Amino acid sequence: MFDKILIANRGEIACRVIKTARKMGIKTVAIYSDADRQALHVKMADEAVHIGPPPANQSYIVIDKVMDAIRQTGAQAVHPGYGFLSENSRFAEALEAEGVAFVGPPKGAIEAMGDKITSKKIAQDAKVSTVPGYMGLIEDAEEAVKISNEIGYPVMIKASAGGGGKGMRIAWNDTEAREGFQSSKNEAANSFGDDRIFIEKFVTQPRHIEIQVLCDAHGNGIYLNERECSIQRRNQKVVEEAPSPFLDEATRKAMGEQSVALAKAVGYTSAGTVEFIVDGDKNFYFLEMNTRLQVEHPVTELITGVDLVEQMIRVANGEPLSITQDDVGINGWAIENRVYAEDPYRNFLPSIGRLTRYRPPAEVAAGPMLENGKWADDAIEGTTAVRNDTGVYEGGEISMYYDPMIAKLCTWAPTRDEAIEAMRIALDSFELEGIGHNLPFVAAVMDHPIFIKGDMTTAFIEEQYPDGFEGVTLGEEDTRRVAAACAAMYRVAEIRRTRVSGRMDNHERKVGDDWVVDVAGTSVALTIDADRAGSTVNFNDGGSLRVTSDWTPGDQLATLTVGDKPLVLKVGKAPGGFRIRTRGADMRVAVRSPRQAELAAHMIEKLPPDTSKMLLCPMPGLIVNVAVQAGDEVQEGQALCTVEAMKMENILRAEKKGVVSKINAAAGDSLAVDDVIMEFE
Amino acid sequence: MKDILQELEGRREVARLGGGERRINSQHAKGKLTARERIELLLDEGSFEEFDMFKAHRCTDFGMEQERPAGDGVITGWGTINGRMVYVFSQDFTVFGGSLSETHAEKICKIQDMAVQNGAPVIGLNDSGGARIQEGVASLAGYAEVFQRNIMASGVVPQISVIMGPCAGGAVYSPAMTDFIFMVKDSSYMFVTGPDVVKTVTNEVVTAEELGGASTHTKKSSVADGAFENDIEAMTEVRRLVDFLPLNNREKPPVRPFFDLPGRVEESLDTLIPENPNTPYDMKELILKVADEGDFYEIQEDYAKNIITGFMRLEGQTVGVVANQPMVLAGCLDIDSSRKAARFVRFCDAFEIPILTLVDVPGFLPGTSQEYGGVIKHGAKLLFAYGEATVPKVTVITRKAYGGAYDVMASKHLRGDFNYAWPTAEIAVMGAKGATEIIHRADLGDADKIEAHTKDYEDRFANPFVAAERGFIDEVIMPHSTRKRVSRAFASLRNKKLQNPWKKHDNIPL
Repeated sequence: MFDKILIANRGEIACRVIKTARKMGIKTVAIYSDADRQALHVKMADEAVHIGPPPANQSYIVIDKVMDAIRQTGAQAVHPGYGFLSENSRFAEALEAEGVAFVGPPKGAIEAMGDKITSKKIAQDAKVSTVPGYMGLIEDAEEAVKISNEIGYPVMIKASAGGGGKGMRIAWNDTEAREGFQSSKNEAANSFGDDRIFIEKFVTQPRHIEIQVLCDAHGNGIYLNERECSIQRRNQKVVEEAPSPFLDEATRKAMGEQSVALAKAVGYTSAGTVEFIVDGDKNFYFLEMNTRLQVEHPVTELITGVDLVEQMIRVANGEPLSITQDDVGINGWAIENRVYAEDPYRNFLPSIGRLTRYRPPAEVAAGPMLENGKWADDAIEGTTAVRNDTGVYEGGEISMYYDPMIAKLCTWAPTRDEAIEAMRIALDSFELEGIGHNLPFVAAVMDHPIFIKGDMTTAFIEEQYPDGFEGVTLGEEDTRRVAAACAAMYRVAEIRRTRVSGRMDNHERKVGDDWVVDVAGTSVALTIDADRAGSTVNFNDGGSLRVTSDWTPGDQLATLTVGDKPLVLKVGKAPGGFRIRTRGADMRVAVRSPRQAELAAHMIEKLPPDTSKMLLCPMPGLIVNVAVQAGDEVQEGQALCTVEAMKMENILRAEKKGVVSKINAAAGDSLAVDDVIMEFE
Repeated sequence: MKDILQELEGRREVARLGGGERRINSQHAKGKLTARERIELLLDEGSFEEFDMFKAHRCTDFGMEQERPAGDGVITGWGTINGRMVYVFSQDFTVFGGSLSETHAEKICKIQDMAVQNGAPVIGLNDSGGARIQEGVASLAGYAEVFQRNIMASGVVPQISVIMGPCAGGAVYSPAMTDFIFMVKDSSYMFVTGPDVVKTVTNEVVTAEELGGASTHTKKSSVADGAFENDIEAMTEVRRLVDFLPLNNREKPPVRPFFDLPGRVEESLDTLIPENPNTPYDMKELILKVADEGDFYEIQEDYAKNIITGFMRLEGQTVGVVANQPMVLAGCLDIDSSRKAARFVRFCDAFEIPILTLVDVPGFLPGTSQEYGGVIKHGAKLLFAYGEATVPKVTVITRKAYGGAYDVMASKHLRGDFNYAWPTAEIAVMGAKGATEIIHRADLGDADKIEAHTKDYEDRFANPFVAAERGFIDEVIMPHSTRKRVSRAFASLRNKKLQNPWKKHDNIPL
């Protein structure tokens, strides 16, 4: 086995690989850019080598620099993670030339599968079901429109070298095809240095289901079931699970066998993923093969107990697979939520900055992954698992240079419902502050009836949140539970206030038992009957709930039991109550005495200033261009200007028809969130 | 006998109605509570004891004798806030528009006198149209009696004013001399002369809100220390402030049970200071991570944001915090921030509240507007305030402490008790670049040489150790242990005794 391995990556995946290497007794080398000096992967590795300035194209993806780091440290193998150099055949070649093992497939397989057009041809030859489309390269936007018309809308425009949603657009008409072609091409050129584009049929009612394969260099290949990744936003996966709630055993077997056949056709070794698009009738079409470890691999590990990174390292070391297809089962259910630094209330725009608070839920090991050794030394053992793959820590920085993913939060339980429930609690327990993040959004997805039923398609987010995500309003039962919890907590805090020094002896304040709790505008009147162990909350309109908790004033996380069920609240400060976040809702909760509540009725609700006639900058970023002038009449959906943030160009469009009255920004301006870009009449 | 008892109830009933139901409804329609309702919210339930409920005016001009409502437009008395005694007056806008008469003033004076005698804060809830014009000079005399007592009470008991309606003309000067002024957004305003007079005299057209609303006074004029959304929030938050304050100048600041380890370690503070010395960071993060339970009561949050002032608790006891804010104007000192912080430091010193100073200051703001505005004397206020303060003073330099601003910010030389620095501290006369350009003026044309000199200067002075070698810094501490170190420092200073020489009073550069 190797003595030392270099991880040519950063963030959570570098940390993930280090964990397994450490478990196997292999020393680890991290590489880092200027922006990552203090990063977690650098702290975790045995050695770390600085490789340049923050932009990835001057550091993490510069093959020479990575090769230097290898020579300098004497690493015998390289794990590329995902992204960066993971699917770069020249890198595999360079390693081969120096006799360093690449923990991944041979360069021929990377090349064959790396090009979406070639891969499709190979797949067709290997009798893998494929989507109709145009295989040739497309010269310009007009040709793109012509081809799109031949295939028939909707079409998918993709960067040949693309992945992870970058350089990918769906077009439903000629205009979108033209625009999509141009922006895909630009993004592809910027992100991959390869601007080749192709177009294919866009399948309707589609689900994204992918098969994990694992092959050795001795001709053995197996599939480790599927992952359902249908919940995506702009083709970026958000929620994944294994197994899929949609597949039957026959489809799974057919997809698995075709995937292994494809892998064998290109002489594949190591772990790889064959992505399929599956329509409502369970017809599946080959999409692409990712010749690397996939972001969402933990859900496969959680249901199979196989440590994919370990398998990849063993394969790279020339070992034959120790598991056969028959050994691979499906044990329980695993869900993954990707926690992104993006603001769900602002159309998921990237958010960067300092993590002033980062306290993920405690990791719990359970199920197959426990039987096969825990993924983290400090994980406690339980019946449902919580796993959090992360590359950050409290006080760390989410920089503008890299992917905005903060963590991958996974839960595992014997059944899907239990895994979802475990995820709800885990999300509520996840403390994350300092930047915008999508925790409220994924929490909302976990409670969405379509997700609960397992009926989602890749259009789930677009269809269910057409106007973006506006937060969650709790239902009646949850409102009462939050009211009961807050009243009990507030009472504790108020009693503490009466214990201040300097009070008039024998004339102390007596804290009352009757309260009226205003939960985001809903009023709940109740009486608290407190004892040593907790509080019984009796609602004035009938019913009662028992509340117990070890919460003390100032705790930012309250883990309670309310009426025999767990309730986890993030507790912030607010005058006369709390700011409470739970289940994707973010609310002001006022806890008032009955008299206060009576007087509160006289208060006039103040409306926020009217910004409906302004275009506000949705994120901190750079104005790339302003497409209109003062006096222009604009149509709904018309592009107004482009803001670049975190390397993504975001086109801001008119929400409705109107006339531009004033423009406050010009190309090249750096704007902050909510700066007014232009005003309308 | 029973009739007499009933008469009392009957009279009370009438007095409680103030200006009558119609006016009460009109007050409510504006989103404002009545004077009595406000007192109910301010004080512990059932704790209010009223004085002079039946006091009525003595005016006989302009037919005023026809209407002599019980209480005369102001409700006065005492009660408790979380069991601690406070005196309160609350002007009743429903009675003669809350206007101040001679008798109205007498009522306020009575509780001011009692507050000073008995050592308890005075909270004034202002909602008044101004002087009772029918009374003429008697009303003005009433104001002055109140003013004189404000002055005498200053530094003896905390005085808090809440502006909950109009407050104009002479009426503004009583709040102006109290320790804190809070306003209610959209329903209160304060000015010396109103929009009509302004129009007549200067031809400026301005609304009452623009001239003297909560936004004006919290952001532009610094007259107000904070603003609240509505009457309920205002009363809730004033209660919260009172929990931080001692009842008088002879008492230690209050202590309450706390649920936060004094030794709590915050690893994330080790990465608070950015690698680039010119990159700002949010000093509030440090304040919140040091404070008990992350609880911070900020004073003048919207004014001179380059300095932060407010109250926190350490081990349950109140501590005043003054901190440079690198996010605004790089945290430099200027006229506004010096005045803001100086007044806060003097309040803390007057009431025995220990002061924690967090320093990241690149110096004083240069420029003609600053010099013409008298930054010399205004900056000296803060220097003076720190130098005269005898309360426990603990200082932590997180990054820059340059030039005269280093001296000003509770340095060792101003009798700082504990002067800590983080390893990231740079204590020097100025930044390395500026210093090099002066010391090595001859090499100015040679960029390479200047760069080398700058590097030399950085190596020599951009650290806390030169100051530590001289004992100007008592200890260089790890950022993550700041809460622990600062808590322990204040704990060791609980019996601090320090007295300035006898003087009638000092002559701070006003």
